[in-house]
Amino acid sequence: MENNIKMKSDNLNFYYGNFKALKDINLTFPERKVTALIGPSGCGKSTYLRCFNRMNDLIKGIKVEGGIYLDEQEIHDTKLDVVELRRRVGMVFQKPNPFPKTIYENIAYAPRIHGLVSKGSEMDDLVEDSLKKAGLWEEVKDRLKSQATALSGGQQQRLCIARALAMEPEVLLMDEPASALDPIATQKIEELIYELKERLTVIIVTHNMQQAARVSDYTAFFYMGELIEVGDTSTIFTNPTVKKTEDYITGRFG
Amino acid sequence: MLKVLLYFLIGVLPLCYAAFYIGRKKARTGELESGERFHSRPAHYGWYSVIWMAVPSLAVSFIFTILGSSKIFKVPFTMHITTILLVAALGLWYAQKKITHNLRARNFIEKTIKVMLITASLVSILTTIGIVFSILFESMKFFSQVNFFSFITGTEWDPDTAFLEGAGRDASNAAQAQFGSVPIFAGTFMITTIALLVAVPVGLFSAIFMSEYASNRIRGWVKPILEILAGIPTVVYGFFAAITVSPLVVKLAESVGLQADYTNALSPGIVMGIMIIPFVSSLSDDVINAIPQNMREGSLALGMTRSETMKHVLLPAAMPGIVSAVLLALSRAIGETMIVVMAAGLQPRLSWNPLDGMTTVTVRIVDALTGDQSFDSLETLSAFGLGFVLLVITLMLNIVSSIVIRKFRKQYV
Amino acid sequence: MDKETRRLKRIKRRYRGEISFRLLSISAIVLAASFLVFFLSDMVRTGYTAFEQTVVQTEITYDADTVEIPQLSVSEEMSDLVSRGFLRLIPQMVEENPKLMNTTQTQWVLAEAEVDQYIKGKPNKLSEEEIAHIDSLKKEGKVKLVFNKWFFTNGDSKLPEMAGLLSAVIGTIYVLILTMMFSVPIGVMTAIYLEEFAPDNWFTRIIEVNINNLAAIPSIIFGLLGLAIFINLFGVPRSSALAGGLTLSLMSLPVIIISTRAALSSVPDTIRQAAQGVGASPWQVVWHHILPLSLPGIMTGTIISMAHAIGETAPLLIVGMLAYIPTAPTGVTQAATVLPAQIYTWSGDSLRAYTERTALGIIVLLSVLLLLNAVAVVLRNKYERKW
Ligand SMILES: Nc1ncnc2c1ncn2[C@@H]1O[C@H](COP(=O)(O)OP(=O)(O)O)[C@@H](O)[C@H]1O
Ligand SMILES: [Mg+2]
Repeated sequence: MENNIKMKSDNLNFYYGNFKALKDINLTFPERKVTALIGPSGCGKSTYLRCFNRMNDLIKGIKVEGGIYLDEQEIHDTKLDVVELRRRVGMVFQKPNPFPKTIYENIAYAPRIHGLVSKGSEMDDLVEDSLKKAGLWEEVKDRLKSQATALSGGQQQRLCIARALAMEPEVLLMDEPASALDPIATQKIEELIYELKERLTVIIVTHNMQQAARVSDYTAFFYMGELIEVGDTSTIFTNPTVKKTEDYITGRFG
Repeated sequence: MLKVLLYFLIGVLPLCYAAFYIGRKKARTGELESGERFHSRPAHYGWYSVIWMAVPSLAVSFIFTILGSSKIFKVPFTMHITTILLVAALGLWYAQKKITHNLRARNFIEKTIKVMLITASLVSILTTIGIVFSILFESMKFFSQVNFFSFITGTEWDPDTAFLEGAGRDASNAAQAQFGSVPIFAGTFMITTIALLVAVPVGLFSAIFMSEYASNRIRGWVKPILEILAGIPTVVYGFFAAITVSPLVVKLAESVGLQADYTNALSPGIVMGIMIIPFVSSLSDDVINAIPQNMREGSLALGMTRSETMKHVLLPAAMPGIVSAVLLALSRAIGETMIVVMAAGLQPRLSWNPLDGMTTVTVRIVDALTGDQSFDSLETLSAFGLGFVLLVITLMLNIVSSIVIRKFRKQYV
Repeated sequence: MDKETRRLKRIKRRYRGEISFRLLSISAIVLAASFLVFFLSDMVRTGYTAFEQTVVQTEITYDADTVEIPQLSVSEEMSDLVSRGFLRLIPQMVEENPKLMNTTQTQWVLAEAEVDQYIKGKPNKLSEEEIAHIDSLKKEGKVKLVFNKWFFTNGDSKLPEMAGLLSAVIGTIYVLILTMMFSVPIGVMTAIYLEEFAPDNWFTRIIEVNINNLAAIPSIIFGLLGLAIFINLFGVPRSSALAGGLTLSLMSLPVIIISTRAALSSVPDTIRQAAQGVGASPWQVVWHHILPLSLPGIMTGTIISMAHAIGETAPLLIVGMLAYIPTAPTGVTQAATVLPAQIYTWSGDSLRAYTERTALGIIVLLSVLLLLNAVAVVLRNKYERKW
């Protein structure tokens, strides 16, 4: 891997109470590449993904062991504020979850609380820019002041991507971002991910192997909380070294 | 109150705004001058300054006020004001000294807010503890003078002479005050029984109608209308019981050759029963609705009629919920005050006849505390004794009721 | 009888059972509803007459003697018909308006309560002669019924015709403001803490159990608490709006906490995650997203708890708020009374003329409650979000 390493996990163990959901995960994520996490449902993909912006902190009774690094910095380090971490590591959820506010407000919220730009035209520009990056601008430019919840599911999801992009994150976490969408919306999201790669590092969870094959540069296969295999997407899909990966990819279980 | 408001508006608010402005400005210019991004937003540094200025000085002011009202040491007004201002200035100065690019102002604010929220929760919980302890404490005083056993088993309630002893007559000379609570609890029992006799059948059948026979539209109307009954102030029911129902009961009794008191137990009982109908009907309706549809279908598929399904399948299944509803209604009826104060009697009387005048626990409490007795007279304390027993009974009813309904929920929901 | 007919008979019997069961359930509803109708119409029937008040026309002499002894200002035969309450005001009227001095005015003045009752066709204690006198005055058009504005502008009075609701209304407003001031901030803050911040441990669970039980404690117990703690321990003046407000706020607290928690928890977690995902801090999540979304629910709950507080009587009696208050209080530490307590004291008065005023007071109270509940319903229907 010739690229810089943007994020990595070192011997990561994760517990929900007494249940060990992740076992000793060592994985690196190269900068400006898309890495896909695949595996059968319940294997810990979401749990793993949510470790990177500490979204699991909200759940009671969890325990994290091992380290997660963003640019060499441990993310649990008290020097790094969790709020700042989440600004640098954006997230898109499985179900689109826009704020019940206007489209404009949805995008402007994060830059405002982080004090990224000042109000007025600078903010307008940022909103426009983010919507353009998410490929939504043409569809909503005339109704920025209307409610975001009135958009279609696919549009809502792209709005959520735009919302994350507005913070100018370095990493974008996506948890099955297209699983609640129809094929056309899914295709748009996939194209978008391809473009995003130019700007930032993407980690995407998907249970759809074609999707992983289409959008990602690297693929990691998880099973029962363990990392079974990781490598170039093409290698994983054509020539996996572990039998279990082969079985999963060829649809023999999961 | 106006003075406090004014003090707040012209004193505290402008000072807070000034502190906010100073703090924010410092952060802004700091960011511009050093070109380094501060940890938090400038407004956070504004709030940081406000907290450091206001909280210590308000605390000092609070302590001074407490000192003053407890008469330990009355702080003169000018001294009070100057001290506050001094503390405020010190706080503000300290905050400004602390503001640097890596001061975590937002985290500090979050922590302060959290402490405030926890304090509010503590106040909430202190009230519960306060209730239990203040009533326990006062009733202890009562039971130290009146034997608990004779209180529970005695049949004579005659507190009026209690003051004589207090006035200095020795006990042998004065008629002994008597605190036997049996007739009072008997009256409470009689009236609540009558109330349940009204509320349980009417409430239960209303619930059956709403859950089984009414369309959704009718149910949407009937339920809120029934719930109006629980929303009418009890003083209004009391007036109604005393002015309309009691004379009616007396007249009806006469027409069948019976003698009824105007303060008979029947009228407040009936009216109270009407008041608690919604307690029975709403909860029972919820419970019957919560029973899974397949139980209903199973019974109907065996060729049972709807009423048979109701009687043999749904009601037995819903029984815990219904029991819990009735217990809640009962606890409500026992603690109900205004209806009985206005329509029941003052004199404790042991009788099985609901047409006789009777009194209840709550009536005795009100009567004992609205007279001119001094606070530590035995009669006043007896109110706390009665209140304590009332509290224990209603708490037990609530706890049992919530345990029963939780069991039901576990089974079906 | 063969098997078939017996079977048919059995089915018929079962259907009869079905019908009677159904009738029983319908009649329960009808019973409850007709009680409500009977009750409301009884209140209106008793109370509507108090909307009007009898006035009589008479000559009133204002001079030095009548300022000294107001009874002399009207003719002897009229003095029994005119409200003593009005006559008592004569010195004050002259003081306020010196031009009246040494004049004789023909005025419509408030009639005495028994006269009022007679004119309204209600039982009264008037003698035969007095009735004859009134009848003749009536023929001359010197007695009439007018809108009873005094009921809304006067405080309490020992004379029924002078008694009004004003001081009770003002007392209620004071108590309500105090109740809200204490219970809403603390209640909402407690709810936010429990719902959004509290860790799941034994301490939190104790608070929760406590609060749920607090909501079911009889209101009179809160009165005992108010008496023991606020009045005896902290020395809050008895009968004052402050004592009443503090006591009621303890009572409203659990209701507000429970309804606020319900409103907060109805906001779906996806909103919290979305906000956290873009780096909002815990308090920013609450302040920018959760609170605005649950505000209608919180307000509905608050209004409903205030409606409860307005109708509450028992705990206020215990802290002494049944005092006789002829003029409205001007401070929170002065003796005050509230609407339901005023209704209670009037209902206990043996004078018949108070009965219709009690009922009218009840109509006013019920109207206020109806209004509040209507506002709550509108708020809920307008802003309630289905997630
Ligand atoms: N909040 C939670 N509490 C307890 N266990 C959880 C929680 N969330 C997920 N799990 C468990 O952790 C495992 C991994 O879940 P998840 O990461 O959601 O899997 P995936 O996203 O791969 O389907 C599952 O067995 C799941 O049951
Ligand atoms: Mg998942």
